[in-house]
Amino acid sequence: MEVTIKVFRYNPEKDKKPSYKTYKLEAIETDRVLDLLEKVKGYQDGTLSFRRSCAHGICGSDAMRINGFNRLACKTLVRDTGATIIVQPLLGLRVIKDLIVDMEPFFEHYRSVKPWLINDEPEPEKERTQSAAQRAIFDDTTKCILCACCTTSCPSFWANEQYVGPAAIVAAHRFIFDSRDKAAAERLKILNEVWGVYRCHTVFNCTMACPREIQITKAIGEVKMALTTGKLE
Amino acid sequence: MHSNSEEHTMHSNREEHTMHSIREEHTMHSIREEHTMKTHQFDVIVIGAGGAGLMAGLYASRTAKTAIITKLYPTRSHTGTAQGGIGAALGSEEEDHPEWHTYDTVKGSDYLGDQDAIEFMCNEAVQAVYELEHMGLPFDRTPEGKISQRPFGGHTNNVTGKPVKRACHAADRTGHMILQTLYQQCMKNNVNFFDEFQVVDLLMVNGAAAGVVAIELATGEMHVFHAKAVIFATGGHGRIWEITSNAYAFTGDGPAVIMRRGLPLEDMEFFQFHPTGIYKLGILITEGVRGEGGILINGKGERFMEKYAPRVKDLASRDVVSRAIYMEIRDGNGANGQNYVYLDVRPESVNRYAALDGRTNKDGSPYTVTGEEILAKLPDIVDFCRVYLGVDPITQLMPIQPTAHYAMGGIPTNKYGETILDEKNTTIPGLYAAGECACVSVHGANRLGTNSLLDLVVFGKHAGLRAAEYAKEAPFQPLPEHPTEFASSQFERIRHASGKENAFDISTKMKKVMFDDMGIFRSGKGMENALQVIRQLKERYQHVSVTDTGKIFNMELMNVWELGNLLDLAELTTVSAIARTESRGGHSREDYPDRDDKNWLKHTMAWVDETGKIDLKYKPVVLTKYEPKVRTY
Ligand SMILES: Cc1cc2nc3c(=O)[nH]c(=O)nc-3n(C[C@H](O)[C@H](O)[C@H](O)COP(=O)(O)OP(=O)(O)OC[C@H]3O[C@@H](n4cnc5c(N)ncnc54)[C@H](O)[C@@H]3O)c2cc1C
Ligand code: FES
Repeated sequence: MEVTIKVFRYNPEKDKKPSYKTYKLEAIETDRVLDLLEKVKGYQDGTLSFRRSCAHGICGSDAMRINGFNRLACKTLVRDTGATIIVQPLLGLRVIKDLIVDMEPFFEHYRSVKPWLINDEPEPEKERTQSAAQRAIFDDTTKCILCACCTTSCPSFWANEQYVGPAAIVAAHRFIFDSRDKAAAERLKILNEVWGVYRCHTVFNCTMACPREIQITKAIGEVKMALTTGKLE
Repeated sequence: MHSNSEEHTMHSNREEHTMHSIREEHTMHSIREEHTMKTHQFDVIVIGAGGAGLMAGLYASRTAKTAIITKLYPTRSHTGTAQGGIGAALGSEEEDHPEWHTYDTVKGSDYLGDQDAIEFMCNEAVQAVYELEHMGLPFDRTPEGKISQRPFGGHTNNVTGKPVKRACHAADRTGHMILQTLYQQCMKNNVNFFDEFQVVDLLMVNGAAAGVVAIELATGEMHVFHAKAVIFATGGHGRIWEITSNAYAFTGDGPAVIMRRGLPLEDMEFFQFHPTGIYKLGILITEGVRGEGGILINGKGERFMEKYAPRVKDLASRDVVSRAIYMEIRDGNGANGQNYVYLDVRPESVNRYAALDGRTNKDGSPYTVTGEEILAKLPDIVDFCRVYLGVDPITQLMPIQPTAHYAMGGIPTNKYGETILDEKNTTIPGLYAAGECACVSVHGANRLGTNSLLDLVVFGKHAGLRAAEYAKEAPFQPLPEHPTEFASSQFERIRHASGKENAFDISTKMKKVMFDDMGIFRSGKGMENALQVIRQLKERYQHVSVTDTGKIFNMELMNVWELGNLLDLAELTTVSAIARTESRGGHSREDYPDRDDKNWLKHTMAWVDETGKIDLKYKPVVLTKYEPKVRTY
């Protein structure tokens, strides 16, 4: 079938303002939007720029707005988009060129919650044991690939980019609820601050946007609960 | 360019090797440097932020001023896609020993692996996995709270010959968890990163590493990184083949850059085809599926691996399973008359075949699984099948075909990550490599599943330690007067080419011929054809230009440069393969179907000279305890 793909274009070296360019090409239902972008770049317009690597939804490089929703281009098939596809960069982050946005503010929020295991006790000779049940509590939030689909779909983040955002809270959750970690209080304190977890108004956009199907709003709820009760269950 | 005389003071037995002189930067002729140039200085530079690079960076930065340069943001590295597990004889769930792991790896390598290095890796494995756990890696757990392990192809109990649980895993996203954990540790320890900087050249002065040249993608500017020690950890080059599990970024930049500096690459003819890629897309379905009890089924609905590997069946080594699939297809047993077969992990099938095979749990009860358990253990696999195939593996069969997966060959190193200059194992001062871009060689002619993640962690660490130690004593080599000259000339050529050829087209043709003629089964005739096509494509490549004339994120320019790397490596791979007149591991020739230890128990070392001529030499395999035997599973 023939598909029409309309792509946001902006080259700061040439363009005063962004515009859209439309390309037509042959596709099959199982083609990924990423395949289409590659073909456009390969045969129609070499200047089209975007990030990509793994091509199967694991590396988090190619998050973009596809028909109005935050998606990974490599995990969105023509079967789902239909024959007319509009592709835009993620909202809320500065556009550098075409579909490439400045991810630094996003990663700064990620780093702010100290996303690494903190445990100063001497290491045992073998593993630190952890029951399967303890491990299961934070399983969901270990899946995050830092693609930014969630944070850049959040109205609170659009309203103010100082909001730490769902991805950073997911990262914090992954450690707060890990029985081996000893810095839950420290992280909860960070998330209790003015641009922390209470900026979340339970809109569920993040959960809908997550290509890894992480129950983000639930995880944020668990963090809020831990702040209220002081308990990690 | 010609050889540099000073290098002879560095090594003893170098005389015979002047032919393969290191190509260094010279000061005589100068192309006007178009790019503005920034210079940085570090004791140790690591190129790549996958498992190997992060591990190297973590360890080097403990004692030396270190920076990691990476073309992808670190968490985008391909290590993140690794699924099934990391191998170590922890014995969490059943008896296991590093010696068993060593023997399995030697055998898996079809005896081409260096046995001293393999033994070293398998002994280090246990501590390496515990170290990852201490860093925070969320492994799955046994009922006792220990690290959970699953069976994987080629890993056996050496007494019974039955599969052993050796792959330590975090669901089917073990690589993701390793990458995240190591990156988190780097952040915690304030390691310096240059994200989205692509290294395009290596600087060699006085026969030693002096630094690298990189392009900052966001500005298009060239930067010079002056360093005492340089560690390459740039990953694989599977994008040479049509059906591949490899990321777009797997373009072999490290080996290509090194090769252009007159240094050799080892065992490039050995490339692994993983048996189970998603039909047509090549996306990997981990061997862990078979570890959990999945079986391969041909178009007639028959389990066929028992014909090819009577003892371990579906859990034979990857080369063996991939060939079996091809033979089934050739015999007309493909599904629907096409070139694919099925992988079956439906609980009723798993339980039926587990009963037939007599597989039991630790307590002796029969091994069984439910649909929920499959989903819990293999959530990403289930997701891939649903998204890309519209197939639910809990109730349906998965169409699969072998997919290009892993580079056994690469930059030659010893077990400390020091790179090798010649067939006499002379080391190159200040130059290191680790991970998939390196060839130690611990994988020989065929890598066992779970041994790459292990390789990254063990050799990444040792390369980092060695480099830092070296940097403590060694001086900075002076930078050449025009350090970016060689790199600039490559990019200028692309910018000013006629533009009458299309890169995408050349790339598509390269992938096709390499998959058809340099794939699972090879023949002299087919490989000669591949070589001829690749050489024509290289000629056409000279006329590829770019339409994007900008500097900011000029991905078109970088992609064209990367295609040049793939073409060069494809040619080297093919030439190395044509010369090897035997079948061993991943190199399987129809015209020479047997392994030939008398003539070919040796590693290939390949050099390219300035005129493009490829020269092959050989070096012996290190044998310690294990005499080569006929390999059956
Ligand atoms: C789908 C899949 C599943 C796998 N599953 C397993 C498994 O279960 N167990 C196992 O043991 N192995 C597995 N493997 C193999 C293993 O994952 C890889 O071999 C390994 O992760 C490679 O790691 P690396 O550190 O060498 O490279 P990578 O993780 O790919 O990192 C390469 C790095 O180099 C950088 N780089 C590349 N070129 C340049 C340049 N020119 N300039 C600057 N930076 C550059 C990149 O940005 C990246 O950071 C799997 C592989 C695949 C593809
Ligand atoms: S390219 Fe890796 S997530 Fe899409």
